[in-house]
Amino acid sequence: MKRSQRIALAVLMVLLAAAPLGLKNYGIYLLTLWCVYVMAGMGLNLTVGYAGQMSIGHAAFLGIGAYTAAILMKLGLSFWLVLPMAAVLCFLVGLVIGFPALRVQHHYLAFATLGFNVLTYLFFRNEEWLTGGTFGISGIQRPAFFGLSLERSAAFFWFAYGSTILLALLLWWVIRSPWGRAFAALRDNPIRAESLGVNITAYTLLAFAIGAAFAGIAGAYFAVLVQFIEPAPFHLTASLMMLLMVIVGGSGKFFGPMLGAAIVILLPEWLRFLKDWYLVIFGLAVVALMIWLPGGLLSIPDRWKKA
Amino acid sequence: MGDFLQLVISGTAVGAIYALAALGFTLLWQASGTINFAQGEFVMLPAFITLLGLSFGAPLWLAFAIACIASMLVLGVGFKKAVVDPLIRHGVIPLVIATLGLSIGVKNLVRASYSAEAHPFPNVFPDTLVSVLGVRISFYDIGTLVLAGAIVFGLQAFLNRTITGRAMQAVAQNTESATVLGIDVKRMILYVFLINALLAAVAALLVTPTYLAKFDMGDTIGLKAFYAAIIGGFNQTRGALLGGVLVGILENLTGAYLSPAYKEGVALMLFLVVILFKPEGLLGKAEERKV
Repeated sequence: MKRSQRIALAVLMVLLAAAPLGLKNYGIYLLTLWCVYVMAGMGLNLTVGYAGQMSIGHAAFLGIGAYTAAILMKLGLSFWLVLPMAAVLCFLVGLVIGFPALRVQHHYLAFATLGFNVLTYLFFRNEEWLTGGTFGISGIQRPAFFGLSLERSAAFFWFAYGSTILLALLLWWVIRSPWGRAFAALRDNPIRAESLGVNITAYTLLAFAIGAAFAGIAGAYFAVLVQFIEPAPFHLTASLMMLLMVIVGGSGKFFGPMLGAAIVILLPEWLRFLKDWYLVIFGLAVVALMIWLPGGLLSIPDRWKKA
Repeated sequence: MGDFLQLVISGTAVGAIYALAALGFTLLWQASGTINFAQGEFVMLPAFITLLGLSFGAPLWLAFAIACIASMLVLGVGFKKAVVDPLIRHGVIPLVIATLGLSIGVKNLVRASYSAEAHPFPNVFPDTLVSVLGVRISFYDIGTLVLAGAIVFGLQAFLNRTITGRAMQAVAQNTESATVLGIDVKRMILYVFLINALLAAVAALLVTPTYLAKFDMGDTIGLKAFYAAIIGGFNQTRGALLGGVLVGILENLTGAYLSPAYKEGVALMLFLVVILFKPEGLLGKAEERKV
């Protein structure tokens, strides 16, 4: 990163941290929701953008994280205990979901992960004894942070914002570690990577598992943010939106999910006046974006350099 | 036993419709490497065009003919020129995202401009029941089965017996060799897009009386078509038929004997089993990996 970019990033981060001071409750809620989707999106970006695997089932991991947190917290467990459990559970499920990826690629993998999402959604909706079915689980308590209450929306935003930054640093480290290089090799040419001694079995599974763990953590935050969960936010549509966040921002770019999540979450709010036509425009805009900028919005600077 | 047979027969009829959509999906993939995530909307749109025609007082056959032509123009030629041609060189993922966007856009276009309600759709075949050896079968199922079957086998004959059909297969197998052999590759690919649009329109005619015309009807149909295509074998035309019928029958049986709540999951389970044990599909041939 250049010096000027670093300064711009720092200013942006400070501005974001100060944003709740000038916003009403709903605005702060949207910002916190953005944090949640950035956490999940960073995981998906690792799976899709860095490791080159296709995944249209990321909302399922978000859901597993959220339901794990909600169910266990209702049983009286602390958020701090539940959070790592949600991450570990998603990591394990992610490992299992990675298995089809060892056998099939691209479109097959797209449908395998998509199918996984449909199944988990059916499970959330139908297994009332565990998930409350369509009635969902309500009255989830927000945790306290070393004795500080996070009930107020601004306090909770700062908590989620800080956690997002920690996760982003973790991802930054993963990408720059030998693991990250191996993921990129896997994406660019799996057969060559294998012949150079990269264990592609292990790395494909890891790509899914780490991505899923990020979503699991995001899910736990989602549960305590909204304080009520039901199956709808974990539907296939949500997975598609998350994939859009990553691709629209720029898949395989570190800040892609941040920009993408901002667009996918804020755009509907700004385009409210269009009512039913909003999704028409949104859908066609995605098509147009892919035609003109298949690398996502963050590929614009590269374009400029080339031109 | 009578119930069982009835479920199998109506399942086969529904499966044959899935097969039509699956077939178009497979053909597109073979000829142009396009994975069309808007395939369900390609079925939904002709249904609404037909309804629009009917509301102007046109008889069903005329409304359907208009829908077929509109479908071939918009979802065949238009889709190819506007979306696939500019994107195909960027690889699979941008095209997947673009067709996802298209699916969202088209669905909501119908919702915003026409209606968000479900609309009844006229039956092409009479809905009367006949009793054969104690099994009650509806004419509708028989008609669907016959028409869909005729189209699938007719298409297969076209692909295998005619020069154009064989040229299309050559393009699907190896575009470069096909060019060297003097085949007009672009034209063949255009034919495939036209056939896909037509198959989707026929599927719309057959499926809408039971599914009802609704802006999001394509979600289910599109998904079933994908699964059917992969279960049967992505690189085999007959595979789509087998996959579609298998999904149709098993869904019916699961809904009746196991749990209606998990009926939607049937195609998926079958699909997961197939890709874990025979990823090339039941009738498919394995493809070699290339560096």
